[in-house]
Order: sequence, then C-alpha cells, then structure tokens
Amino acid sequence: MKAFTYERAETITRAAAAAVKPGTKFIAGGTNLLDLMKLQVETPSQLVDINRLPLDKIEDTSDGGLRIGATVRNSDLAADPRVRRRYGVLSRALLSGASAQLRNKATTGGNLLQRTRCYYFYDVTKPCNKREPGSGCAALGGFNRIHAVLGTSELCIATHPSDMAVAMRALDANVETLDAEGKARSIPIADFHRFPARTPQIETMLKPGEIVTAVTLPPPPPGTQIYRKVRDRASYAFALVSVAAIVDAAGGRIRSARLAFGGLASKPWRVAQAEERLAGASADAEAFDGAANAVLDGARGYGHNDFKVPLARRTLRAVLTEATRA
Amino acid sequence: MDNDDRRVRVTRRTVLESGTATAALMLTGFPEVALSAEPLSDKAVAPVAVDLQINGQSHTLHLDPRTTLLDALREHLALTGSKKGCDHGQCGACTVLLDGRRINSCLTLAVMHDGQSITTIEGLADGATLHPLQAAFIAHDGCQCGYCTSGQICSAAGMLGESRAGMPSYVTADLAEARPELTDAEIRERMSGNICRCAAYPNIVAAIREAAGTPT
Amino acid sequence: MDMNAPIGQNALDDPKSIVGKPLDRIDGRLKVTGAARYAYEFAQETTTTYGYVVEAAIGKGRIRSIDTRAAERSPGVVLILTHRNTPGQGTGSHHEAHPVLTDANVNYYGQPAAFVVAETFEQARAAAYLVRVDYERVAGKYALESNLKYAGSPPAQEGQPHPDSAVGDFTGAFASAPVQLDVTYTTPLQSHAMMEPHASMAVWEGDKLTLHTANQMLSQGQEAVARTLKMPVENVRLISPFIGGGFGGKLWVNADAILAAIAARQLNRPVKTALTRQQIFHVTTHRSDTVQRIRLGTDRDGRIVAIGHDVFSGNLPSEQSFETAAMQTRTLYVGANRLTRHRLVPLDIPIASSMRAPGEAVGMLALECAMDELAAKLNLDPIDLRIRNEPTEDPEKHIPYSSRHLIACLQEGAKRFGWDKRNPKPGQVADGRWLVGMGVAAASRGNPLRTSKANVRLDPDGILTAKMAMTDIGTGTYTIMTQIAAEMLGLPPDRIRMELGDTRFPEAAGSGGSFGAASAGSALFDACETLRAKLAGAAGMDPKAARFADGNIEAGGRSKRLTDLVGNAGMEADGEIGPGTTLKDFSQQSYGAHFAEVAVDMDTGEIRLRRMLGVFTAGRILNEKTARSQAIGGMVFGIGAALEEGLNLDPRFGHFVNHDLAEYHVPVHADVPVIDAVFLPELDTKSNPLKSKGIGELGISGAGAALANAIYNACGARVRDYPITLDKVLTVLPVQA
Repeated sequence: MKAFTYERAETITRAAAAAVKPGTKFIAGGTNLLDLMKLQVETPSQLVDINRLPLDKIEDTSDGGLRIGATVRNSDLAADPRVRRRYGVLSRALLSGASAQLRNKATTGGNLLQRTRCYYFYDVTKPCNKREPGSGCAALGGFNRIHAVLGTSELCIATHPSDMAVAMRALDANVETLDAEGKARSIPIADFHRFPARTPQIETMLKPGEIVTAVTLPPPPPGTQIYRKVRDRASYAFALVSVAAIVDAAGGRIRSARLAFGGLASKPWRVAQAEERLAGASADAEAFDGAANAVLDGARGYGHNDFKVPLARRTLRAVLTEATRA
Repeated sequence: MDNDDRRVRVTRRTVLESGTATAALMLTGFPEVALSAEPLSDKAVAPVAVDLQINGQSHTLHLDPRTTLLDALREHLALTGSKKGCDHGQCGACTVLLDGRRINSCLTLAVMHDGQSITTIEGLADGATLHPLQAAFIAHDGCQCGYCTSGQICSAAGMLGESRAGMPSYVTADLAEARPELTDAEIRERMSGNICRCAAYPNIVAAIREAAGTPT
Repeated sequence: MDMNAPIGQNALDDPKSIVGKPLDRIDGRLKVTGAARYAYEFAQETTTTYGYVVEAAIGKGRIRSIDTRAAERSPGVVLILTHRNTPGQGTGSHHEAHPVLTDANVNYYGQPAAFVVAETFEQARAAAYLVRVDYERVAGKYALESNLKYAGSPPAQEGQPHPDSAVGDFTGAFASAPVQLDVTYTTPLQSHAMMEPHASMAVWEGDKLTLHTANQMLSQGQEAVARTLKMPVENVRLISPFIGGGFGGKLWVNADAILAAIAARQLNRPVKTALTRQQIFHVTTHRSDTVQRIRLGTDRDGRIVAIGHDVFSGNLPSEQSFETAAMQTRTLYVGANRLTRHRLVPLDIPIASSMRAPGEAVGMLALECAMDELAAKLNLDPIDLRIRNEPTEDPEKHIPYSSRHLIACLQEGAKRFGWDKRNPKPGQVADGRWLVGMGVAAASRGNPLRTSKANVRLDPDGILTAKMAMTDIGTGTYTIMTQIAAEMLGLPPDRIRMELGDTRFPEAAGSGGSFGAASAGSALFDACETLRAKLAGAAGMDPKAARFADGNIEAGGRSKRLTDLVGNAGMEADGEIGPGTTLKDFSQQSYGAHFAEVAVDMDTGEIRLRRMLGVFTAGRILNEKTARSQAIGGMVFGIGAALEEGLNLDPRFGHFVNHDLAEYHVPVHADVPVIDAVFLPELDTKSNPLKSKGIGELGISGAGAALANAIYNACGARVRDYPITLDKVLTVLPVQA
C-alpha cells in the first residue's frame, strides 16, 4: 500500500472539491478499495473519508419511491422495512452478497463502484487493460471461468461483481451525484456503468471529483420480485449467474417483466427486447425461451465460461416459472 | 523422461529469447508488464492521531494512516486476539464489533474510527466470567486450532444482535417477517463470513444455538 | 520401548479411565478468550522489525537484474535481502528446509526473490512493491496433464513404500475378467488453506537463535533450520505452543522462517514476518493434481480378480515426493492379481507436498467412485460389493490386519443413515426442484508410528509436569496428553501441566501423518510407566500390583500419598516409543464408512450436501469429543475436495490464478449441514501402547467419494474430474418443464 494523505470530509461540497486533485479517492466502507490498495492495484495518493457526511439516510420520496444515501450500509439497506416489503429483490440481492461483516461496512455508493474480481486484474504482475491500459488482457486466453459472456470487448472480459446493482438495474434506479463545482445530476443506472469497449479502465460515467450522493428508486413496479443467485458454494461467493426479476403475471399471462442479470457482463445486464417479448405473452416455455434468446443474443464464451450461456438460460427459465406460478 | 533433451531445449530457448520483450511474448503471449513509472521512493508518512475506545478503555495512538484497525490492535496495542487470516475480508478471523456491529477489522483503517468504540475478543468476558458464547464454544468444542475462534465468537455476538433486531438473511423465506426465527440454517448462512478450515462448523452452530437462548 | 509385540492389559484399559472421556479441550479457555498466542504474536521489543517477501513473478528462468535502490530509499527500510547479499546455506535434509535466495535462478512461480525488512509492516509492504526485478524467462513445464509423457518412476526411498507393486498377473487377469471397469479420474491442485498464515519471528542472542514459528514438527524443524543455517542444532530453538492449523502445510520449515532468521542475524534485531494469504499459495507447498486410471476386473458375482491403479502426480524436478494415491488400493479389497504404479512428472510449479491424508485423500476419490461404478455395472448394492470383496488378510503382503472393522462400519452406518431408503436407480428422487441422492464410500488410512520422547516430573506440590517438543495444531494434543498422564498417575486433569511446543523439551514426532497422538502419547505413556515404577519403588510396593488413584498409590492394602514419595526435588522419568516389528507383521489401517445425501438443483446444477455421516473404527479413542471434531473436520475437507476446491493453473505463467480465499473456495458454514461422526469401539493391541490409531486423516479418506457417488445417484452424472462443480453436471440435467 502506497503512502497517502488522509482527510476526513466535513461537507459534501468540500469532499467533491478535495477530490479534484489527481490521485484522490473517496473512502467509505473501504472493503473493496483497501483490498485493492494492499495489492497495489489501487494507489491513491489521497484518501477523502466520507463516512461522516450526512449521506446515511433512507428517505421516502414524494412519488412513492425511496432515496438511499450513498453511505447507507448494505446491511441497513437490506434490513430496512420499506425495502423488505416493497423492494424485496433489492433486499435479497444485498443479502446474497459477500458476508454479514462486509455488508455492515460496505456502502450503497461503494457497492456501485466496486471493481471486477478478475484474477488478473487483482495481480499487478499480470497484463490487464483495465488496470494498466495497453498491457493486454490475460483473461482472454487464460483461465476465465468467472468472466463475462456479454458486453465484452477484445480488450476486457471482466464482469461487474455487484448483486445490489443488478437489482437496482431491474428497479430502474437513478444515481445522484454532485460534482466539484457543486452541480448535481441524476444518472439512470442503465447509463451509469460503461461498456469496456476501447477503455476498460473507465468504468462509470463519473467525472473526477464527482461524488455519488444517493440512489433513488422509483415506486416499486407491480409483480413478484425474485433475486436468484447461482454460485459455487452455498454462501460467501460471487455469482456465476444471477437474475433479478420483477414479473407481473396472472392467470397464466404476463403483464410485464423486468429482468436484470449479474455475472454475465461488464455491467448489470438488461435487455429491453426480452422484456417486450414477455409483456402480454402467456407464461409458457416458448415465451421464456424467447426471452432467453433475446437476453443471450450475441453471447459468447471464452472457454472456461462457456457454461454460463446455458446456465443463464436455465436460471432464467426457472425464475420465470417461479414468478408466474399460481 | 529424457533429461538431456530437455536441457538442450531450455538452453537454446534461453539464448534465443533472452533480453527482448518479444521473447516474453513468445512464452506468455504478452509483452512484459511495464513497471509503472511511479516516483522511485515512497514518501514518508506523517503519523495521524486517533482516539479509539477499545473494550471500554480509551487509547490515543499516533498511526501511519495505512494502519488497518486490525494491525492497530495487534501491533500497537498487543491485542492479538483478533487474528489476521487473509487481510482481505475473505475469512472473518479479524472480526470485531464496531459500535456493536461486526466488521472485518482488516478492511478498515484505524484512522477512520476516531472516537468510535470497538469490542474485541479480549473485551467479551466479564472479568473471569466468560461470555455465554465463549463458554458454549468450550462446551461444544467449537474450536480446534483456535485461529478463527475469536472471529467466530465476535461474529456470533454481532449476529445474535442482528437477529434480535429482526435482520433477515438470504435464506429467510419471507423478508417481510419482522423477526425471522433463528434456525440452524439461518445461523449457518449468517455465519458464512467466518471460515473454519478445521471445520468445527457443526459444533460452532451448536454453541451459538445454545448461547442464543442465554440472556447476555 | 519399540513396538515389537502386541500390548497386553494396561492401565488405560480400566473401564473408569479418563482416557476416552469427552473432556473439554484444556486449551479451550485460552482460545475462546484470544489469549492463545501464535508465532507472530509473541511479546516483542521495540526493536522488532517487519519482513515482507517479494515473490518471483515468472514460472521458470532467472533474475537478470534486481533493482532495490528505490526500495532501499523508502522510509523505514532497514534491509533488503536478495541472492546477491544472502549468505550461502546448507542444503542438508532437503525436504525439511529449503535454502532461500541462493542464486538468480527461478525454479517456480512465487519463489522468494527478495525479502524487505522495515521498521513497520506498512513500510515493508510498500517498499516490497518498489523492488524491480527483471527476469529472463525460459519455457517451463507447468500443467500435469499436458506433460504426462515426461513421467518417470520416482526413486524408491528407504522406509517409504515402493512406488510400484505387483501381485500375480494383472494384465492377463483383467483381460479375461467377465466384468471390467477401466476409468480415469482426475483431481486438481489443492491448497491446505489453514487459517493462520505461515509466520515466524526470529530473535538472536549471540550465536543462539530463537524462532517462534508456525511449524507442525518442531524437532525435525530444529534440525532443518540448523543445517540450513549451518549452525549447531543446540543453538537453535523453535517455539510453537499454538499453531493455527497445518494440514501438512507446516510440516516443513518454510521460507518465512529462514528469511526471518537470516535477516535478524544481519540486523542484530528481531525480525518477524508472515506470508500474505496470496503468497501462501505459491511460496509454500500444495497437493499435486493427479491423473488416476483404475481398472477393476471381477467375476460374475462381483469378486475382484484384478485390481489396478496407475497414478500420475507432479513435482519440481528437484523433489522426489509423489502423491501416494494407490496405497490403499494395495490393501483395501481382495484380488489375486494386482498392479499399482506411481509416476512422477517433473514440473516447474511450486513444491508439491503432503496435504491432509497424502495419498488417500485423492486416491480414494478415485477408487471409491470406481467401486460405485462397478456396483452399478454389476447391479449390486455398493455395500454388498464391498462385503463380497472383504479380505481376510492383507492381499499384497499376506499378513494379518492389526484390526479391521470396515464391514461393521458400513453396516452400522447404513442402519443409522437409512441407506435402505436409497433408490439404486439414479435420477429418481425429487424434492421440489432438487434431485436427491445418496452415496457411500469406504474410509481407510494407514496407521504409522514414529519415534518420540517425553519427560514427566511429579513435584511435591502434586503437579505433574510433562514436556515434549510436540505440537497441538488443533488436534487436541494438550487435552489427550493430559488425559493420559492423569490416568496413569491417578491425578485429576487440573494437576497436570502439559508443556508442548518447544524444542527445549524432549524430541517428539510432531503433528502429521496421523502419527502424532499415537507416537507422542505412547512416549508419554512410557514415561508415566517409568515414573509409576519409581514411585512404587519409593513406596516399597510391587509396581505390577500398584494402583494409582486420587493422588495415592495403593498395593497390598497399603496406601501412600504420591507427594510424600517424590522428595523435595520431585521425581522425574523419561519415556520413549519407536516403531518396531508390529508395523511389518501386521497391516495397519484405520477404517470407516461415509454416507452422504446431496441435492442437485435440476435447473442450475447447483450441488448442496444435505446430511452426512461417518462411522469409524480407529482403535482406542482418546477423547470422544475432540476425536469427533477432528473426524468431522476431515469429512468437511472431503466436502471441499468433492465440490469446491481446486487451484487453477495458468500454463502461460506457471501460476495459480485463484490464489486467495475469495476464489480458492473452501467450505463455509452454509456448505455444512447436519453432519456427524461416530466411532465404534475397538482396541488395536498391535498399533501402540495406547491401542489407538490415527484419526486426523481418516475423516477425509473417502469422504468426497461418498458425495460424488451421491451426485451420481441424484442426477445420473458420473463426473470423473474433481471438483464436481455445477458446470460439469449441467448437460445431464433434465429438460426444464
């Protein structure tokens, strides 16, 4: 871990202003940042501690949604009675992630910004275009069982590891930010994470100094909410495939469906076409397969992760069957 | 195996490939990873003062800001009960209670906790009287090598608090239920952030189940 | 004494003996309060410095240049060791300590390339990243399976089983067998992943070295350190009262110890170091992957007529140890025609060595699944097949078993587990969206005995102090030794002071290979016997007739307080055990049977254990509570081996990509549901004076195979490539409704 200066931010604007300085990182939970700093994957020269900013509240919004402060801990968000009652998919996704200790520390903003678990990204002696642009992607021809099958580029096949963000994608969340000049903006979560394309090192739409202040959730859409996480051990493991689904169905017919996927892509994955195919369709194998086809259109494996394509298909089928049952 | 053949091949390759980036490319498919052009020497770090309330006692430390809470406990306060198993939040051996909540002390900096209150394994017992979890761990043989034990016990203490507060878990069938019942399956899921390679797991669950029924 | 004859009735046979009772772990209080101290945690001076290893980042080649200037200028740095400034070391007993930083050659990925010492841990770690190493790579051989053509016979070693064995005409008998099974199983590279990282603290006083180090075999380690550092053995002291797990990963002296010792001598200051979790995977040892071909030929009734087991494993060209996976195949089942062969493939990856039940742990993953395949082929119940192939004597050595109750374990386990409810046809039982199946496998593990010594002293205050350079790596050594001493002298356990973990004490076998309790316990037994005789002599009683109880010695109606007999200085006795002819005259194994019920998600292929039972016989059980814990621990290792564990090698770099605990998966709480271990009564008079057998590795032997067989029973997938992850069963899952 390289030496850094440590500063505790007293106000949000001060934090954003301080962070304009190159080499600055905000630290909140620190569960991913310190992990990476110890391995010298992240080497900030300044840390701005935002833990004592007043960003730790969950508030009702006037439209019937929720506004979640950026430093609300994952465990507190998962346990909030409003989230449990109205946004079960989010609560379940949060509870599926990491361990209780990590969830007690990890924050809403930090979870959105967590970085990939690609083995080669984590190892500074290996090529990685995300960590060191131009050095190559060791995962492409390497061991890539946990890697992406969608939205990849020839420079990077890393996945986004978050569970929370997958549920938020299904919920059409918005990410609220404040930039160094004190200007606020709201970024739809669909746009917040970027495709790796030619610049895998740039992962989000955030500008230098721009700070995530909150995530807002619109009122919960109608229907059954499910978060299904498929992984190698029963707990404390990242998703091979996960599905966040909100499906409104009755009498064997689907009124609407929202589907987001984790473990498959460089960002929480959602395909409008798949949902369009399901809307108004009868809840049967043909419709489910059609949706899976749309989701997995263009999917390609890189060897060890080929199984993710049939696994995603089967998991989606199981989730849709469960969501439309009764 | 033909040793001679191998030696010859290696020697030839050595000659052919030494000293060029292409050589590495031939072997691994990549150019050598450029060592980043960072400043050559690390800067000296000014110590930062931090006040920590640990097991009810106030401590003022002057720490390199890089010092994790775990290393502050172990290396600066000789509170070595909290263990370093992985230093990356992947094992749970370093679990302590921060203002009553369980966290991995390896993944947080001591300076971030100025003025906060920390309970470690050394602070759980009431004098000579063991905490019910500690007594139950002995009775049910919830430890073998002992290296994960402090973390398991602190984690269990935090977990029981979470459970009493109505916190659900991934295996809670009905998330809307105000106070999910703490079944064995719930204990296992909630304790999964604490790895025990000796695998005292069934005994740990039995110990926690017993202590859960004991008022603290 | 040497173990040259069966043991008759002895003091431990008293039905009221405390030996065997479920005494709470006597070090439990230290462990649950965080007071037990491990190698990195010893009281340090303000002069203590911190070391951090820099690993080689190539698989094979040499260091062309190493630039330490920036690191040297980094704040707090006091020393950087590289091959240029590290003193030459002795190679001595090569397998016990490896010299470090000897030259510019890189023989495996992660080999220490430099050692940075600074005033603080934070400074040492930061400076380590400033060390610039320029490498010259050469092509290496990394992957086992793609280098099988280089396999050779490992040299036969004195005192070790020969790599090959043959009885009768295997080839002819197999070819003509009416029923044949010829299958190849592969097991992956595995890591011990004990919770305490390898750590050492070195302190020099003049030419004397004290090394606090996490090490399973201190006496052997002391000698290895002395030879490596070219110093007299008596000037080296290893201290290790508590060790945070080993499982074979701390059998030898690792780089942390030698580096700390060398740096501390150069600095004349204490140096402590711990490998990072990431470094452990490469810097220390692992279990080799294996390719195992099993051939079983039977008559039409399922009696084995030909049994063959070929094993390939890998290691560094300089290493000779191989994965002894076919050892149980030599002794477990009948068959007049037998062939086992171990081949070693020289590979340029980190050192392969012993990990919990070396040989059996992975050998029985293959053998016990092959037996299940054979049962299916013969349309026999797998337990029935094993009963039909139960030998009456060791089928290769033609000597009797010291004790063997495999069938009893299988039958008792079947009854307790509800084996009769198993549907032999795969894929028939569903519970919601889960396919459910049951599997069984035999457990068997060799029972060694090693030389060990002990010293006991009874003081006038009534405290018996026992000393051995023995270790407790979580096995319960402190507790069972206390029970043995308490029983022998008729003292309550709280009158026993058990001092372990220091090479100042009599040389002991250490913890490993399931020999620890038997060897150290027998040495202690022997010392106590001698002390009893001395006490009887002092009391003027016949030692054979004397009884020891409640702090008294009694014989012929007379009773004396022991404390009145020992004088002011106390009374001392030494004891020793050594292996003898009973190891050659009797085939010695512990046995058991594993039962597992697993569920396979019919949508996703996720595999979850539902319940598991192990029924074992292992001679006298010294503490039924700690024995059960240890057996369960082994079984959970088996769960990991079956479902989760495997290091993934990248053959371009020669490294293990998943070198941390986030991606090298070991079982967590949620993976371990209802699980129990039961010991059936047994005394083995040929094994050692305690009549016990090793249990530390019995629990893992065969455990994973029971899960694999249950997976087959659940969903019909016969996966021969461990670990059995969901991707390997996806293709056989039913079409979704």
